[in-house]
Amino acid sequence: MSEALSVHPEIVTTHDVHHDEHGGGHHKETFISKYIFSMDHKTIGKQFLITGIIWAIVGGLFSVLFRLQLGYPGQSFPILETFFGHWAKGGQIQPEFYYALVTMHGTVLVFFVLTAGLSGTFANILIPLQIGARDMASPMLNMLSYWFFFLASVIMMSSLFIQTGPASGGWTIYPPLSALGQASDGSKLGMDLWLVSMAMFIVSSLLGGLNYISTILNMRTKGMSMTRMPLTIWAMFFTAVLGVLSFPVLLSGAILLLFDRNLGTSFFLSDIVVNGEVLPNEGGSAILFQHLFWFLGHPEVYIILLPAMGMVSEIMSVNSRKPIFGYMAMLGSLFAIAILAFLVWAHHMFVTGLNPFLGSIFVLLTLLIAVPSAIKVFNWLTTLWRGNIRFTPAMLFAIGFVSLFISGGLTGIFLGNSTIDIHLHDTMFVVAHFHIVMGVASFFGMFAGVYHWFPKMFGRYLNNTLGYIHFWVTMVGAYLIFWPMHYEGLAGMPRRYLDKSGWVSFNQFGDLDKMITVVSIIVFAVQLMFVFNFFYSIFKGRKVTTQNPWGANTLEWTTPIRPGHGNWVGEIPEVHRWPYDYGKDGRDFIPQTEPIGANESKH
Amino acid sequence: MDIVTDQQRKKLHPHKFTLWVAIASILMMFAGLTSAFIVKSNQANWQGVEEMPKFFWYSTVAILLSSLAIQMALRAFRQREMGKYRSLIATTLVLGVLFIVFQWLGFGELWDQQITFKGAGGGQFLYVIFGLHALHVLGGIVALIVMFIKAFFGKTKTYSSVPVEVAATYWHFVDGLWIYLLVFFLIIG
Ligand code: HEM
Ligand SMILES: [Cu+2]
Repeated sequence: MSEALSVHPEIVTTHDVHHDEHGGGHHKETFISKYIFSMDHKTIGKQFLITGIIWAIVGGLFSVLFRLQLGYPGQSFPILETFFGHWAKGGQIQPEFYYALVTMHGTVLVFFVLTAGLSGTFANILIPLQIGARDMASPMLNMLSYWFFFLASVIMMSSLFIQTGPASGGWTIYPPLSALGQASDGSKLGMDLWLVSMAMFIVSSLLGGLNYISTILNMRTKGMSMTRMPLTIWAMFFTAVLGVLSFPVLLSGAILLLFDRNLGTSFFLSDIVVNGEVLPNEGGSAILFQHLFWFLGHPEVYIILLPAMGMVSEIMSVNSRKPIFGYMAMLGSLFAIAILAFLVWAHHMFVTGLNPFLGSIFVLLTLLIAVPSAIKVFNWLTTLWRGNIRFTPAMLFAIGFVSLFISGGLTGIFLGNSTIDIHLHDTMFVVAHFHIVMGVASFFGMFAGVYHWFPKMFGRYLNNTLGYIHFWVTMVGAYLIFWPMHYEGLAGMPRRYLDKSGWVSFNQFGDLDKMITVVSIIVFAVQLMFVFNFFYSIFKGRKVTTQNPWGANTLEWTTPIRPGHGNWVGEIPEVHRWPYDYGKDGRDFIPQTEPIGANESKH
Repeated sequence: MDIVTDQQRKKLHPHKFTLWVAIASILMMFAGLTSAFIVKSNQANWQGVEEMPKFFWYSTVAILLSSLAIQMALRAFRQREMGKYRSLIATTLVLGVLFIVFQWLGFGELWDQQITFKGAGGGQFLYVIFGLHALHVLGGIVALIVMFIKAFFGKTKTYSSVPVEVAATYWHFVDGLWIYLLVFFLIIG
């Protein structure tokens, strides 16, 4: 019996119930308690994943729509008018619609897919399974976390269908645009719904994060010291810490913005003329909002990236049949990234009139992030080096992640220099940078995780052939889409512009933009193929027949093939070693549960 | 590192631990707001709150007393004096509600000084910051009501003092937070 269990009476209770279930099977779960209002961390994880997939389809579709316009300006697509009415008058995406699409694409992908869908899914599924716990510290809060996310989703979704349309001031919702209903349709009701939805979303993230942290620190099984935890868990831990400390700051910004919008305060407003009307607001500062936003916003990008890093480390080690190179260095660099993430937010604000001296400090801190990032890259590459690599789809996505992280990290160094950023800020270069390093890379981490842990989640495998097609098309496609955007940005092409035909110098990019659009459509179609593979395999995939199909060391593979609520039948196994004993002393792998042998070598 | 966390695991109940992390998170929100306040207060045309409404002093007394009451309630619970425990929780509750009422009256007083939502000075920040704080007290009140109902009607089978301890810690936290905010406004506002 693990210590954690003997200390807390109420947890022992769930343990006992679980025994009954397996013994007599008289403890019946209803459909509702098992699949809907479930408190089982595995079910909650799947709920996050499936909601995230639905959002990803919606958010991805938005980008295809606005890419149509960007790739084929002036062309008419009558079908759009059939579907979207006056938003696409004459078969062309109207300016308001374009802004709404861009804004919702960003919001949905950043928050609903890559935050909730990614860390919500894998923190839930992996934390208890990999540290050896029957469930989260508070299954109730965990369930609430999902349902707040659901509520946020419903509100955000509903904003798409109101007459004035959803928020459309960009995912960063800078005031004054976002604060003044008279400034644009998207700043009317849609903006309020955006703020309320995000408030719910923040509550969801906080509840989740609290739980992840206290579960990791308090509920580990016997022998699972902090330094025997898989890197996935460390990554989830730092992710949760970042979220718990930075989301509240966004909330405070959102609340002030709600006041400005609805109660007449002027926290962010001053000296404004809209459509010839002089507004009475005085004394506010729009820059203040940017500080509040980016104090969350920058940690947020690491909230998105760290879980992917963690999963990639784990999957890479398993599939190279080698220990992860430099475990402690990996850990230290995660820590360094988490700290630095709070100290660099102003690099998004170099051109807001920031004091150049202050700017130079933020340049220094920003560029410092390159150090832990480089350590991680080095360690991944050395883990692969002379490995006995198994190119499963999960492994391919993990390797793809590293490639994308390198490419996108390098362009970050350009942007991190405030002088170069004067030229590059708000151009397509920034779009290219963050899509590669954050968007696609984190998606790759997520895909790697789904391919790798699908057998644990559903007791079946995803189809491999579809997996390989998925990987190669997405990998090649992502570079084809985003690489050329760097050139556009270097040439000065601004982001978030519907119509660039006014600049003769950008005409040279016409064909490039067409190509990007075509590839986007192909890549989007391949993602739909993945979604098909996902749902098809849940029901019809090849069945898992062994407990440990990948030959991995971590604890989740010691549970039954389809674990019930409580995860382990009988006692939770004890842990005797770190999780990366692969290819040691002539053995392919040694699970964490195996005691150290008498004359075993050190790792 | 191993040893420390091992010991911590034996000492701190996960729910208490969760509360501490939640407290850190709430603090970050107020840190966000108060630093916004500081930044703004250094800019031109700043208008602070000249005269702190007197009701905020009454509410300070109310919340300090309520902290005392809940601490005594916790002691009573530990010594299994359930009658005393109930009346002390009820006292805490009444004082908590009183606090909210005083805050409301304090806002009214401020409003009468022509400090409304118009503008972006100390007064407007005060409404937001004190308002959010009051919401957190309200959350505590709801939790206390739940505990109160449990104390009266629940078939009290569990002898665990953990929920009461969690509630008391949270209560002291909103109390301390109030003192901090008040002092903050008195000095910088
Ligand atoms: C060496 C590492 C990195 C450096 C030096 C860096 C630097 C920067 C800078 C200076 C900007 C602002 C550009 C501008 O708006 O003018 C930026 C934008 C951005 N970066 Fe990075 N970055 C790095 C890595 C990352 C990573 C790892 C992620 C995500 C996981 C990320 C996500 C973003 C996002 C989302 C934006 C754009 C936000 C927006 O304006 O919409 N960056 N980066
Ligand atoms: Cu940043």
